[in-house]
Amino acid sequence: MPAMKVALMGNPNSGKSTLFNALTGMNQQTGNYPGVTVEKRTGEAIIKDEAGKSAFITFLDLPGTYSIYPKSLDEEVCYKVLCDNTDEDHPDAVLVIADSTNLRRSLFLTTQVIDLGLPCILVLNMSDFARLRGLEIDAAKLSDMLGVPVVATNARKKVGIENLRKAILHEFRKPFKTFLDIADFTSSEMIESVQKMFPDKSHYGAFQLINNETGISHFETIQAKKEEIKKLIVKHHFDKHKTQSEETIARYKAINDVIKECVVINEEEKKKSVTARVDKILTHKVWGYFFFLLILFVIFQGIFLIAKYPMNAIEFCFVKVSEFGNSVLPPGELTSLLINGVLAGLSGVAVFVPQIALLFAFIAILEDTGYMSRASFLMDRLMRPLGLNGRSVIPLMSGMACAVPAILGTRTISNWKERLITIMVTPLMSCSARLPVYTLLISLVIPSNHNYGYFNLQGLVLMGLYLLGFVSALGAAFVLKLLIRSKEKSYFMMEMPLYRVPKLSGIGLTIYQKSFIFLRDAGKVIIAISVILWVMASHGPPSKMKAVETAYQRADSVKKYSPKQIEGFVAAGKLKESYAGNAGQWIEPVIKPLGFDWKIGIALITSFAAREVFVGTMATLYSAEGADNNLSIREKMDAAINPDTGKKEYTAATGFSLMLFYVFAMQCMSTLAVVYRETKSFKWPLIQFLYMGALAWLASFLVYTFAK
Amino acid sequence: MPLDIVTLDKLKPGESGSVYSFNDEEKALKFMEMGCTPGEIVLMDSYAPLGDPIAIMISGYKLSLRKSEACLINVNRQ
Repeated sequence: MPAMKVALMGNPNSGKSTLFNALTGMNQQTGNYPGVTVEKRTGEAIIKDEAGKSAFITFLDLPGTYSIYPKSLDEEVCYKVLCDNTDEDHPDAVLVIADSTNLRRSLFLTTQVIDLGLPCILVLNMSDFARLRGLEIDAAKLSDMLGVPVVATNARKKVGIENLRKAILHEFRKPFKTFLDIADFTSSEMIESVQKMFPDKSHYGAFQLINNETGISHFETIQAKKEEIKKLIVKHHFDKHKTQSEETIARYKAINDVIKECVVINEEEKKKSVTARVDKILTHKVWGYFFFLLILFVIFQGIFLIAKYPMNAIEFCFVKVSEFGNSVLPPGELTSLLINGVLAGLSGVAVFVPQIALLFAFIAILEDTGYMSRASFLMDRLMRPLGLNGRSVIPLMSGMACAVPAILGTRTISNWKERLITIMVTPLMSCSARLPVYTLLISLVIPSNHNYGYFNLQGLVLMGLYLLGFVSALGAAFVLKLLIRSKEKSYFMMEMPLYRVPKLSGIGLTIYQKSFIFLRDAGKVIIAISVILWVMASHGPPSKMKAVETAYQRADSVKKYSPKQIEGFVAAGKLKESYAGNAGQWIEPVIKPLGFDWKIGIALITSFAAREVFVGTMATLYSAEGADNNLSIREKMDAAINPDTGKKEYTAATGFSLMLFYVFAMQCMSTLAVVYRETKSFKWPLIQFLYMGALAWLASFLVYTFAK
Repeated sequence: MPLDIVTLDKLKPGESGSVYSFNDEEKALKFMEMGCTPGEIVLMDSYAPLGDPIAIMISGYKLSLRKSEACLINVNRQ
């Protein structure tokens, strides 16, 4: 069976991905293009006809783009895949997907692809929308004028897909004419010289190789001929911008002529569009913000409340599995590694999946319906002074549930600098893992019966901590905006597409793919760090660990305490002597000015697995102090006495200092793993760790010094 | 009819004009790729509630851009 690689290209919002899903079904793989964080989707399908002819097709869903001239990372990928014959994804043929309601703009990209000389088919997608707007497109005439086959489809309703499959099988061939000859706009001698070096390239294909020599990315294809091409550029005084500008104007002019011939506008059927009416409300100066806040509220509540149930279920399953493991496996190192290291790490990864799935479902709905660009339109002016984008709002707010999905969600921000700043400040938003820590500490230092009118003081403090996180995220964004330099030209310009009903099957697929990518990529790092933390918390200098075990086997302690209490003492003693415990004691000089002792030091280190581990670690440590095991962890901490002062260990000063530390400090390895994945460098997670740590230290130091 | 050249951001909602020229050579390329070629009719659709960005209609679709971008496009007001 012949095999063929087919790339799908088209403008953003042209329905390209829906068509890709319709052609490939569930046979899809997702990954990244080498070296960049642009998502790459491929899928396979076998296409057959009645006569028995068949082909094995690998489809490649290229990022949406308006032109093949690259201006962003996404476009750079398309440009390289199409023009560099040695690229591993270079296709045998291209499907260009045009939005029928936006034919003029769609044909711009289409005719560029045609001029590259690759076999291609033009797909007129969303043909039903065009009809609703009173547009009649003469596909036969269009095919004739462009020199490529034209197929009309409506991917959302799966109309025309069979015709498209047939066309893929039978009609792929090189375009039988050039739409615009680039040699008319620059030295034809230069174009032809390059064409001689690469005989399979068209004029336009050769021209793009010359352009590449003056551009950013480098094609393998031209490496051998680099010097010759350079000489030609100098010899013919090639002016890249001038040529491109003249080409663009001429191309649109020629497209206008095609449209005059092929499109009839039926004024009578042209109704006032639904989109215009909906926009009157959704971008209204009062109602617009009202609906925006309402939508944010629904997303936040959804991630916070709905995700709780599957998260609890996942945690419950992991607890049951580890209990089962502990009961059947022989006790010892290996079992402990398996259960407290690997399994704990796995559970730490899996527990994020419900939140990720929900957030991406919401984002997919917002993108799919066309609302995302309206939200951006409303919020851009507010976010811009901070170096953020209108689209930063959704990740920032969902960071209040969990920074991990929020950072993955910044991919909707196309400007790299604005995206990077959003990634860097999102972890300052108080996430749901901080909540158990806040609740414990607040209940420890704030009296619960204190009310101001209707407001409960504990509630007010909790709200204050969330607000502090929010304000500091905005402040950090402002500082980063001044510090980060960006070479990329920034464009805000964006299409506001027609409103559409979201397509559920596509959203389901997105959820599945995003969750899978997270499990596979971030999962590896998280499990590795979990194992390291396990080693640190369960191992220590052997002689000292041994001493802890024997200490409580003496007759007097066996008589005095129950076996359960002794178990607790041993666990706490071992944690103190472990490498994590040593680290806690080792960092004590650094955290002493903040009012923290080595116990808190240990909890700060183990919190790195997940912030809420703080509560569990404190519980283990204090099972040694308070002999009465019936006390809750709150009561034990409340009863703890500072040996130096003889007063309460957890004064208001220590409590507040600790709360502030948890507001600011970067204590989440999952987030760092995701930041590493999304920025493709160690630099940004490291900077993030350091700047947040410095903020935390400073804030805690100040509040402890003044409140002491 | 005499020319009435203003930058795009000066149009009021409901007013239209034809693209005349650009004040930034490199950004002009991007504008033109999006369909804002000289001679094309642009209609100012609306301003965002805080006055920026703006939304225009160009060749049958809605495009939003920041004022700092719109002031790089000169239009002949109609």
